[in-house]
Amino acid sequence: MASNTNFEKYKSDGSLQGNLLEWFDARFPATSMWRGHLSEYYAPKNFNFWYFFGSLAMMVLVIQILTGIFLVMHYKPDASLNANGIPVAFASVEYIMRDVPWGWLIRYMHSTGASAFFIVVYLHMFRGMLYGSYRQPRELIWVFGTLLFLCLMAEAFMGYLLPWGQMSFWGAQVIVNLFSAIPLIGEPLSIWIRGDFVVGDATLNRFFSFHVIAVPLVLLGLVAAHILALHEVGSNNPDGVEIKKRKDVHGNPLDGIPFHPYYTVKDIVGVVVFLMVFSIIVFFAPEGGGYLLEYNNFLPADPLKTPPHIAPVWYFTPYYSLLRAMVWPLFGIDAKFWGVVAMGAGVVILAFLPWLDRSPVKSIRYRGPIFKTLLTLFVISFAILGFLGTKPPSYAFFGVIPGAPVAQVLSAFYFLYFLTMPWWSRIDKYKPEPDRVTM
Amino acid sequence: MKKLLMALLFTPIIALASGASVHLDKAPDVQGDKAALQSGARTFVNYCLNCHGTSFVRYNRLTDLGLTEQQVKENLMFTAVKTGETMRIAARPDEQKVWFGAAPPDLSLVARARASEDGSGADWLYTYLRSFYVDEARPTGWNNTLFANVGMPHVLWQLQGQQVLNKEHHLELAVPGTLTPAEYDKQVADLVGFLVWIAEPDAGFRRKIGFGVLAFLVVLFAFAYPLKKAYWKDVK
Repeated sequence: MASNTNFEKYKSDGSLQGNLLEWFDARFPATSMWRGHLSEYYAPKNFNFWYFFGSLAMMVLVIQILTGIFLVMHYKPDASLNANGIPVAFASVEYIMRDVPWGWLIRYMHSTGASAFFIVVYLHMFRGMLYGSYRQPRELIWVFGTLLFLCLMAEAFMGYLLPWGQMSFWGAQVIVNLFSAIPLIGEPLSIWIRGDFVVGDATLNRFFSFHVIAVPLVLLGLVAAHILALHEVGSNNPDGVEIKKRKDVHGNPLDGIPFHPYYTVKDIVGVVVFLMVFSIIVFFAPEGGGYLLEYNNFLPADPLKTPPHIAPVWYFTPYYSLLRAMVWPLFGIDAKFWGVVAMGAGVVILAFLPWLDRSPVKSIRYRGPIFKTLLTLFVISFAILGFLGTKPPSYAFFGVIPGAPVAQVLSAFYFLYFLTMPWWSRIDKYKPEPDRVTM
Repeated sequence: MKKLLMALLFTPIIALASGASVHLDKAPDVQGDKAALQSGARTFVNYCLNCHGTSFVRYNRLTDLGLTEQQVKENLMFTAVKTGETMRIAARPDEQKVWFGAAPPDLSLVARARASEDGSGADWLYTYLRSFYVDEARPTGWNNTLFANVGMPHVLWQLQGQQVLNKEHHLELAVPGTLTPAEYDKQVADLVGFLVWIAEPDAGFRRKIGFGVLAFLVVLFAFAYPLKKAYWKDVK
C-alpha cells in the first residue's frame, strides 16, 4: 500500500530507535505510507459536518469486527434443538446475553453497530450526492463505494439470520425464495443458495461462514481500494473545486491541510459525538423500539409458524419497497422476479451516477433549483419508501391513503431521478464555481 | 435549503405511524422493587414453572433480587438440585406437544417477544393474564379476550375468580376468587415484573453503567474539542 509519492527513506540520527526505524524503513514503506496517506496527504481545509461519516464508517467497521470476533467465541451456528426444545443457535445468543461476562454489551454493540453502519453509510453517500463527490476524476471511488454498499447489504442480511429468531428465519426464507422466481434456473438456484429445500441448518452454517469470513474479507479489500483511489486523486470538498489546481511553492495545494494532525484531531471530535449517540442506543434503547432488534426475533425460529407480518430491518426497507412495488407479471414472468430486478437495479443504478450527472458544476452550492428540488424530493421519497417497507402492503396513511400505490409512484420516481438526470442536470441553472474553496 | 434537507433527514419516520389496533392496559412498572419481584418469582415458580420453562435463567440469578442462595434453594427450587442449574421443567417439549397440542413456550424472553406497536411486552402480559373468561366451548373451559381461543387454561383462576363475558362483550367477575380484584391486579403486576426482569436481568445494570459511559464521553469531548480548536486556530 505504498503511496503515490516517493518520499525519502528515513535517515537515522544515530539513536537506537532511529537506527531501528532506518532498518525497518529500508525494507518496508513505513515513512512513505505515513507521509503519503496521513502527514502529507493534503485534504481540503473546508470539510464540514458531512465529512465525518467516512471516518465514522471506518470506525463502525472496526467495532463490528472486534465485537464480532468475541461473539464468534460463544455463538454456535446450529439449528438443531437443545433439550429444552430451543434451537442451539438461538440459545447460544441468549447465553452470550446472560452468562458471558459483558456478553450483553458486546452483542448490543454488534446489533446496534449494524444499524449505525447503515446510518453513517447512507449519510456518507448523501454527502457524495450533495457535493458531486462521484464526478470525474473520482468515479472509481464511487464505484468501489457502491460495491461496498452492496457487500454491506449482503453482510447485514446474512448476519441477521444468525440469531435464528422468527424474523431471522422468515426474512431469509422470503428473500431466498425471491430467487426462485428467476425463469428456468430459479428453483434449483434457490435450493443451491439454501443448501436445502427450506432455510435450515445448512443455510445457517453457510451464512455464518459468509458473514464472518468471506464477506468481511471482500469488505476490507474494497475499503482499501476505496481509500487508495481517494488518496490517488485527492478529496472533493463542499465547494466541489479542485484544490490541486492551485499550489504553493512546495507544490502543496494552497487550500489543503495535512490530514494528520488536522483531520485526525477533528475526526476524534466526530468520533466522540458519534459514540455518545451510539452509547445512548446501546445502553438505553438497544431494541430501538423494535426497529433495531425486531420483537418477533425474541421468538426462536419456527418453520411451522409464519409470522403475520414479515418486515426486514429498517435499513433494507427502502429497497424492500422497490421490490414490492413490482406487481405485474411482465413478459409472462412472475412479478416476484421483476421485484428482484427492481431491487437489484435500485442499488446498481447508483454506480452509474458519475456518468448520469451532466452538470458543469459539482457542488449543491453552485447548482440550480432543479437539482435542489429533485434532491430534496429524492430524500423525502427514499424516507417514505423506507417507512412503507416496514409496514404490510395493506397499510394506509391515516387509514385513508393506501400505501401500496404511493410506494409504486415513489419507486418510479426513484428510478426516474437517475434515468432523467442526464437531461435535467444539463438544463439546470448554475452559478460559476469560485477559484478557491470557501470556509 | 441545507437546513431543510437536514431537518428531513432527521425527522423520525415513526411520526407517520398509525394508531394502535389493540387496547392494552398499562402494566405498573415494578422494576427495582425487589419485594414485588420476589413476589412475582414466587407466583411464577408456583403457577407457571410446571408447564413453562425459563431455560435461559439460572436459579442463582434470583439472588439478584435480594435473596440468598439458601432462600432460593428452600423457597423457589422444587425440582433442581444445584443453584447453578437453569429453570427447566421436567416435561419434554415433544411430550407436551402430544399432551396439549402445542408445547407451552419457554418464557425467558416472553416479555420482549410480546412487545409491539400496541404496547410493551409487559402491557401485553398484564392485559392477557387479566382477560380470561369462562367459555364452555373451549376444551379447557377458558377463553381470553386478548388471545382468542388460547390453548392455556386460566391457571390463576383460584386467585382471580371466574370472569364471564357480559352482553356488551365486556369482562365481568361472576365468581370472586381468593383475592380482591385490586390484590389480583397487584399479584399479576408483580408476576409480569418478574417476567420483564428475567427477559433481560442485566437491563438495570446496563442503564446504570450507561450514565457512566456517557459521563466519560462528555469528559473526553471536553478535551477533544479544545484540542481540535488549538490545532485549527491558524487554518483560515
